[in-house]
Amino acid sequence: MVLNCRHVWDQISNYIEDDVAPELREAIEEHLAHCRHCAAVLDSTRNILYLIADDRTFALPVGYSDRLHARLQEEIASSE
Amino acid sequence: MTKTALNAEAHSKGSLADQSPAARDAELIARILAGERELFHELVRPYEKSLYFAAFSVLQNEQDAEDAAQETVLKALKNLHRFRAESKFSTWLVSIAINEARARLRHARVLKLESVDSAPEEDDSGFTPSVISDWREVPLEALERKEVRELLQKAIARLPEIYREVLLLRDVEEFSIAETASALGVNEGVVKTRLLRARLMMQKILAPQLASKRGGLFGLFRGKAGGSWF
Repeated sequence: MVLNCRHVWDQISNYIEDDVAPELREAIEEHLAHCRHCAAVLDSTRNILYLIADDRTFALPVGYSDRLHARLQEEIASSE
Repeated sequence: MTKTALNAEAHSKGSLADQSPAARDAELIARILAGERELFHELVRPYEKSLYFAAFSVLQNEQDAEDAAQETVLKALKNLHRFRAESKFSTWLVSIAINEARARLRHARVLKLESVDSAPEEDDSGFTPSVISDWREVPLEALERKEVRELLQKAIARLPEIYREVLLLRDVEEFSIAETASALGVNEGVVKTRLLRARLMMQKILAPQLASKRGGLFGLFRGKAGGSWF
């Protein structure tokens, strides 16, 4: 199986998920070994996902949890 | 008290701490429905962050997302007897949050016409990622920089809603593909298609921006190979 760059981009998300058949994975890796552009696209995509998963990227508003539980407590108390 | 000490204490009391999340949820739900309503605090606590970001993915505003998250919790309490154990409690809760957020968006009539939303999802032809061969690494230390966090947040904000939702649930909140599908009420194939599009959009937006920062922001950290992080 020989893939072009477009094929690799179409599979990049599944590849990151480790959700590709062994034969396809082998073909993707064969392509990546020879195509520095696609290898860079893969690495940069992975690293962006790594950064957005970090707790520092998306923080909850200060006091969110306290306000949520206070509101919930009001509801629980009012229905008793 | 440290987290470890708290866990040890909980364990010694024979509490829910050492159960699987599903078993813990099932036990709590049964007890809440039997009258111990105060336990609802504990039931939702592990998922309150997911709720917020699910609502935020739709509403794009902190205050609105928080309001929607509060309303979600109240609705979940009221409708807990309708929860069926074939789905996970977390995905049930997040699906309520998504629906609540979408309803608020409709109500506020701020639904923007986002042309990409209505584009055929399967059509990825013509989409080209940013090809920047000398940028592969972004050190985690970069997140200490507010500027970098803002770049990431703004990039997600630029995505059409259907792509933001999957990205926030799968890649930020780390739901599985199946859980993401369940929470959004779509099938797994749709999630995978949207995820591909969302991830490539993020790469296209961010790779040039982060690459341009590399000299100033990331130059000190070039020793870390991006590929080895996974």
